[in-house]
Amino acid sequence: MKTLMARSATKGSAIVWAALVIFTVISFLLGGEHLIDNKTLAAAIVVGIAAIKIRLVGLHFMELKGAPVALRAAFEGYCVVLFVALMGIYVFA
Amino acid sequence: MSAEVEAPPKDRGSGHVPGEPGLWVFLLGDMVVFGIFFGTIMVLRGTHTEEFVSSQETLHLEWGVVNTIILLTSSLFVVIGMHLAKERNPKAPRFFLAAIVCGLMFAGVKAVEYTSLVQDDHTASVNDFYTYYFMFTGIHLGHVVLGMGALLAATRIARPTSTGTHRMAALEGIASFWHLVDLLWIMLFATLYLVR
Repeated sequence: MKTLMARSATKGSAIVWAALVIFTVISFLLGGEHLIDNKTLAAAIVVGIAAIKIRLVGLHFMELKGAPVALRAAFEGYCVVLFVALMGIYVFA
Repeated sequence: MSAEVEAPPKDRGSGHVPGEPGLWVFLLGDMVVFGIFFGTIMVLRGTHTEEFVSSQETLHLEWGVVNTIILLTSSLFVVIGMHLAKERNPKAPRFFLAAIVCGLMFAGVKAVEYTSLVQDDHTASVNDFYTYYFMFTGIHLGHVVLGMGALLAATRIARPTSTGTHRMAALEGIASFWHLVDLLWIMLFATLYLVR
C-alpha cells in the first residue's frame, strides 16, 4: 500500500517534470529560434513560461501545495510580482 | 526493519511547512535577491539593447537548455528520494546521489561554457552584459556547489537506519534548497539567454 502511494506520487512528479521539460523546449524555440516576430510578445511568453515553471517547481517539488496559506501566498505572489516587474522593466526601460 | 511512513515533522494550522520555518526566511530572501539580479539584467537589456543582444548571441544557448534539463532532472531525483526516505526505503540515498551527479554535470557544462567564452575573449571585463553573466551565473554556481554538499549529507540522513527526531525536517530543508537552485536557474536562463 505504502509502496503504491510512493509510486503514485513519483508518477505525478514525473508528469510535472515532463511538463517542465516541454515548457523549456517551447521557450528555447520561441526565444532562441525567433519564431515570433513581435519581441515584446516573445519576451512576455518566455518570462511567463519561466514564472509558470517556477510555480510548478514550488508547488509540486517543494511541496508548497500543502503549505500554510501565508507561505503559499508568499511564493505564488513572488511568481506574479516577478513576471509583472520584469515585463514592466522590459516595456519601459 | 520498520517500514512505517514517517509523519510530517510538524503541522502548523492549515498546512505543513517543508523543513524548518526559519529556512524559508532564507529561501524567500534569496529569491528576492535573485529577483533583483533578474531585474538588473532586464534594465541592461532596455538601456543597452544592441550590446545586450550581440553579447547574448555569443552565449551557448543549447548548453543552457541542456543545463536546465539537467537541473530539472536532478529535482525529480530529489523528489523520488524524498518519497522513498519517508518509507525508510534503502534505495532513497541512491536518488540523492543521482542528484549530486546531475549537479556535477551542470558544473561541468558551465565550466566548458566559461572556458569557451574566455577563449573567445568574451571576459567579464568586456562589457556590462558579460560582467552580469559571469557574476550572476557564478553566484548561482556557488549555490549548486553548496546544494551538492547538502545532498551529500542527505545520502546519509536518508538511510533507513538513520535516527534523529528531525530526520524528515532536515531532508525537506535540503530538498527545498536544491529545488530553489533549480527555480533560480529557470529565470536566470530565461533573462540571460532567451529574452531579446
